[in-house]
Amino acid sequence: MALLKVQGLTKRFGGLAANNDISLEVPEGSLFAVIGPNGAGKTTFFNMISGFLSSTAGSIEFAGRDVTKVPQHEIAAMGLVRTFQLVQLFKGMSVAENVEVGCHLATKGGVLASLLRPSWFRKQEREVRERAHELLEFVGLDYHSDLDAELLPYGQQRLLEVARALASKPKLLLLDEPAAGLNTQETEGLAHIIQKINAQGTTVLLIEHDVALVTRIAHRIAVLDFGKKIAEGTPDEIKAHPEVIAAYLGVEEVENA
Amino acid sequence: MTSPVIISAKPPAGAAKFASRFDRFQVGLLVVAALLTCAALAYGGFLLTVMQLAMIYAIFCIGLNFFMGYTGQASFGQNAFACVGGYGSAILTVQYGWEPLPALLASMAVSGFFALIIGYPTLRLRGHYLAMATFSLGLITYDISIQWTSVTQGYMGYAGIPPMGIGNWTVESERWKLVTLAVLVAFGFWLSLRMRDSRFGRGLRAISGSENGAAALGVRVPRFKLIAFVIAALYASAAGSLFAYTIGFISPEVYGPAMSIMTFTMLFVGGVGTIVGPIIGAVVTSLLQEVVRGSGHYQDVAYAIVLLVTLIYAPKGISALGALFRRKKEEA
Ligand SMILES: Nc1ncnc2c1ncn2[C@@H]1O[C@H](COP(=O)(O)OP(=O)(O)OP(=O)(O)O)[C@@H](O)[C@H]1O
Ligand SMILES: [Mg+2]
Repeated sequence: MALLKVQGLTKRFGGLAANNDISLEVPEGSLFAVIGPNGAGKTTFFNMISGFLSSTAGSIEFAGRDVTKVPQHEIAAMGLVRTFQLVQLFKGMSVAENVEVGCHLATKGGVLASLLRPSWFRKQEREVRERAHELLEFVGLDYHSDLDAELLPYGQQRLLEVARALASKPKLLLLDEPAAGLNTQETEGLAHIIQKINAQGTTVLLIEHDVALVTRIAHRIAVLDFGKKIAEGTPDEIKAHPEVIAAYLGVEEVENA
Repeated sequence: MTSPVIISAKPPAGAAKFASRFDRFQVGLLVVAALLTCAALAYGGFLLTVMQLAMIYAIFCIGLNFFMGYTGQASFGQNAFACVGGYGSAILTVQYGWEPLPALLASMAVSGFFALIIGYPTLRLRGHYLAMATFSLGLITYDISIQWTSVTQGYMGYAGIPPMGIGNWTVESERWKLVTLAVLVAFGFWLSLRMRDSRFGRGLRAISGSENGAAALGVRVPRFKLIAFVIAALYASAAGSLFAYTIGFISPEVYGPAMSIMTFTMLFVGGVGTIVGPIIGAVVTSLLQEVVRGSGHYQDVAYAIVLLVTLIYAPKGISALGALFRRKKEEA
């Protein structure tokens, strides 16, 4: 069954079609990747799916519901949570607190609960701290939990963003170039983490530049170029696809040089 | 969620402990503020009035810190709600013979309601647009308090406002007034801590850290900003009422735009977004004004210099100095 179903999705910025008639289905439980050269429209695609940007045309269906016009916070509440290409850490908060904010959707209670602190609320606060600790352990940042988040090195900031998104217990996790700026060793660890998240039952939709990484871990890959989907298939099919080699893998050779 | 994957295990250079934590340095600052209060109680005189005002402004700033500090929004118009609180309490007690406490609470309810209906459209503005909109809010209440003489008595203001009290028990002496205000500051501070360290408070602070990031995690950004604005208004209103009960006299100038500028200064000197910043800023700035007052014609200049020096050398305010020193020491 498709968890996410996108049909004819289009976004125009003035004369530029950043996304042009894109359709794809992300099966539940899969690890799906979207690749494409710079400016292909990958982030724009994510922005529309997550309700961050409105679409010009087309429809988005998530978990059986049409979410094309649904506001961002409601989409997030349904279990579709994203990370950002440029990390959006909560400055002025500790590493652990960043993940605790991630628990927002999985918890309840407002001002009144915070003032009165009934027993369910105290229990929930305890659970939030425990969950933050578990997730930091999961991505290997637990011994930094008291640190100011902005003091983390860049690679670890990316991991923190992943842990934070996981805290909301998403059904579908959108990762926008999580490996950007990571060294080889860090990328390796990240690949391992993404696979593990997926193995634990979370569907993952991943944007990535690192083709070697994607072809190794993704079940299915869609390729965007100039706002259009030019190919979709298994990693082996994509590697052999002539248009993809022309449009994208050429870039890869330059990057590897 | 077991078997951690360790990625670059080396901690970052200059790993300083978290800056906006309730650290020993901040506790120390609170102790100093408490000692100053005791000194004022012991020696009396002018220091009593200074500390009374410091406590009133501390309450104002604790609320303002929710909106400007934790949520990271700009407002120069919170004096509008102090104005509602002050005049509300003055009118209800002097004209209608209400008890001070119900009058204070009723004014707070009115302020909260105003904040809700004004904040709803205003908070969609960002950055300096929001600052301008809120600033004009303070100007409007200032104008109303001057022009609407039948209700506010214009420039004459209100005199003979009764002191704080419940039933037959009233706080008459200046010393007991300070004690009462200090207890109220402690209470307001305690409430603010509870709100800060919760799902709600983390949501607010996430907004100031990254609005996009917060929204992506399901934080309802406009609603949270509105609640923070209302909280700030409630504290401001209470501060406005307490001013009326403490001094016994109010006039438009008390709640004019100068009040916004001063509380803004207090918050930044103490440390915007820090836990004890509002209290420390209010006490330090109030004392500073008295010290500087002695320097005659140059008092404004001296005042401005002290503020500039604080902002340049302690950009996150006095309360964050502890974290700053720790970081310097670890880097050395
Ligand atoms: N808000 C916007 N307004 C105008 N043009 C935009 C906007 N956002 C993106 N674009 C344009 O749309 C095109 C696609 O951008 P997008 O960020 O989606 O690409 P991308 O595939 O994510 O690229 P990269 O790999 O560099 O992240 C680009 O030409 C970009 O300049
Ligand atoms: Mg992008």
